[in-house]
Amino acid sequence: MALLRVEGLSKRFGPTLALDGLDLEVRPGEFLALLGGSGSGKSTLLRLVAGFEAPDSGRILLQGRDLAGLPPPARPLGMMFQNYALFPHLSVFDNVAYGLRREARPRAEIARRVAEALAMVGLEALAARRPHQLSGGQRQRVALVRALVKRPPLLLLDEPLGALDAGLRERTGFELRALQRATGAGFILVTHDQAEALALADRVAVLDRGRVAQCGPPAELYERPASRFVARFLGAANVLEGRVAADGAVEAAGGRLALDHGLAPGGALALALRPERIRLLAGPPPAVNAVAGTLRELAYRGDGWIALVALADGTELRVALPAAAAPPPPGSAVTLGWDAAALVPLAG
Amino acid sequence: MMRRLALLLPPYAWLLLLVAAPVAILLVVALAEAGPGVPPFLPPLAWDGGPVWAGSLDSLRALVADPYYAEALLRSVGVAGVTAALCLLLAYPMALGIAAARPAWRLPLLLLVLLPFWTGFLPRVGAWIGILRDGGWVNGVLAAFGMAPLRLLFTDAAMFLGMVHAYLPFAVLPLAAALLRRDLGLEEAAADLGAGRWVVFRSITLPLSLPAAAAGFLLVFIPAAGEFVIPELLGPPEAQLIGRVLWGEFFQNRDWPLAAALAVALLALLLLPIRLFQRLDRRP
Amino acid sequence: MSRLGLALGLGFLWAPILLLVGYAFSAGRIPFQWGGFSLRWFAALAADERMREAAWLSLRIAAGSATLAMLLGGLAGWALARFGVFRGRALFGALAGAPLVLPEVVTGLSLLLLFVVAQGAAERWFGWRLGRGAATILLAHATVGLAYVAVVVQSRLAGLDRGLEEAAADLGAGPFTVFRTITLPLIAPSLAAGWLLAFTLSLDDVVVASFVSGPAGTTLPMLVFSALKVGLTPEVNALATLILAAAGLATGVAGLIFARISSRGANGAG
Repeated sequence: MALLRVEGLSKRFGPTLALDGLDLEVRPGEFLALLGGSGSGKSTLLRLVAGFEAPDSGRILLQGRDLAGLPPPARPLGMMFQNYALFPHLSVFDNVAYGLRREARPRAEIARRVAEALAMVGLEALAARRPHQLSGGQRQRVALVRALVKRPPLLLLDEPLGALDAGLRERTGFELRALQRATGAGFILVTHDQAEALALADRVAVLDRGRVAQCGPPAELYERPASRFVARFLGAANVLEGRVAADGAVEAAGGRLALDHGLAPGGALALALRPERIRLLAGPPPAVNAVAGTLRELAYRGDGWIALVALADGTELRVALPAAAAPPPPGSAVTLGWDAAALVPLAG
Repeated sequence: MMRRLALLLPPYAWLLLLVAAPVAILLVVALAEAGPGVPPFLPPLAWDGGPVWAGSLDSLRALVADPYYAEALLRSVGVAGVTAALCLLLAYPMALGIAAARPAWRLPLLLLVLLPFWTGFLPRVGAWIGILRDGGWVNGVLAAFGMAPLRLLFTDAAMFLGMVHAYLPFAVLPLAAALLRRDLGLEEAAADLGAGRWVVFRSITLPLSLPAAAAGFLLVFIPAAGEFVIPELLGPPEAQLIGRVLWGEFFQNRDWPLAAALAVALLALLLLPIRLFQRLDRRP
Repeated sequence: MSRLGLALGLGFLWAPILLLVGYAFSAGRIPFQWGGFSLRWFAALAADERMREAAWLSLRIAAGSATLAMLLGGLAGWALARFGVFRGRALFGALAGAPLVLPEVVTGLSLLLLFVVAQGAAERWFGWRLGRGAATILLAHATVGLAYVAVVVQSRLAGLDRGLEEAAADLGAGPFTVFRTITLPLIAPSLAAGWLLAFTLSLDDVVVASFVSGPAGTTLPMLVFSALKVGLTPEVNALATLILAAAGLATGVAGLIFARISSRGANGAG
């Protein structure tokens, strides 16, 4: 049975449709990332699941139970807020104990469980501090264990790494994963950062205008995007618009592309092509899966280069070049090639 | 939902009863005819098998017909405007000074501006009486130098001194808040683009603080327009401002409908400044 | 430039007050001539029974109206900041803000008319003969104070992260518990500040009180006002000095509390 099932969820705020019949499923113990830009509906979805907003239509089932009409305190799930929402007038200990006190647990049990939770993230020495006396990373961990200490089967995390600086994000991300495995809770993480989603999640759901554009394991989403939106959103893939010629090859970007597509001649199709799957070729171009163009711009990225190459038909391709070899200077004529397997037909 | 209603009800009922109802009654009494009874007016609507109009437009008509009242209204607007302008003129450098002070000094300085407000309104007016009256501080100094005493109390100057003294903190507060919040990067950018200190002030600091200055102006203007105590205690007898005239019609002449009509006129006069202030106040 | 302006402005604000305070300790009646240090005006003040009675009445009215204003204004500010959109919200907001912008003479006259109408109705329908005095002043001051408290509380709540209350709800706290454990502790300083503001406004008011009072209720400001009309008396100086001392003391205590809270914040474990 799914841990969380969301069926046909819709929510309108005035003239904007934040969620448009969204379906989603989270499995027990799964780490799911909701990835989307601003206005994609990801935060709205989280707030509907937590009960801070009521849906216009659709159902939310947690462990098979419909949550409709249940106020937030009655929902067996935890939430970690975007700016942590640590109570400024309470100590770290009292912040973490807050949820347990609402269950009227015995004092000794509360003290033991809070101490355990703080030890889990190495903050036991700071129990008496107030939130404003903590560093950003420490606050983040207090917010995390405050949400986890009640052992909810599902934890909602709203941009949990968003307020941390770059150096801390990766390490905190690993801690988050470890904590998720240790507790066995299902995690739903909302983020606009694709690297974060791909690195942390078991599955990623890409949201676009209130719907799930594609949902699957990170590698599948990256390698086999289903739509132009997902291809461009994840890793900024090139999208080539082509047409099937009489001999079955695809004509696109001023070249002939050979791949399995199963379409009749004359059909139109879009193809995703990752920048890092494109190579610079020396010598005359092969007959298929290669194009000629002019290198326009070059940007150094540390682990390589990003080049913008203009093709004869006006298409511009993003090409990732390895750092090992020095790229040709801007203005050079270049030949680009790729494997047939690098071309991914897009459905939408 | 029920709980919210229960929480909302006490303040809502209170406000309807003690803010909305009094203003409504005020409007009705302004249409009543003055009479000798207690209270000294006749209800404008009588009941004689059905509602019968028993009111009178005399009070409202008097506001227009008798130049005494129109002049009082005009003079009030003038005095309030001059007071507010003087307050702004004094408050702006003060607010700039507070914003430019070291961070540890800002709160104490702000408190120093606000503390006179907490000392009470009447004692401060009293202090001015002590300074300005015939045997007061100023004339004492003049006499010590063998100069003739001046008549200072009960003059326009005394009234403006008292008004500005009373309302100056109202003008400083919004300006200081705005100037403390301002993005110093903008001024650095202007300086970087070649603007001198005065040009930076005139082209960046001043225009960006205009909403706060307008709020400060209105914050002084609105209460000053209806001010009664300061003109009464410091101003000349001929400074018949609307607050004083209203007070006189009510307490001395016992013409309640006319006093109500004056209150309605004052309200109508202030409606635009109040709307303006509320719009400024709602800006982020 | 701005430093000079600040110094001049503060001098203008404080010079009359300091002169008045100094003069309160002079034995003589003539302001320019120092009559020697004396507390005789304070003694005269303490011996003045009318002053004492008026002061006691004013303090009771101020405390009562400030408490009512804090309770009602706190609710109003909370509703305006947190109840979202409800029917009649625009009217509610306008009514809560009206006493802040209504001229004192208008507030005083309109409330008096209400009380007169209410007195008439009480006598006609129930045969009650209600007087005006301390009770009507208290109602009037509570109404004005309500508006100030509502503004203070509303702006405090507007600056507070809504996520705090949502986080508490998410952790299992019902609406009342959220209010008791999160909202109330966080707005308590604003409520206290609002109470103090309402208290001060009540103690300072002469216009509204003069309108709504009856023959029985003479507050301290009403007495001081009539004293000032006939000319400044040294007792008024002494009284102003006492008020200033109380205000200074209150500010000092508030400052000390503030400093202790912030130093506890800086030192670590609290």
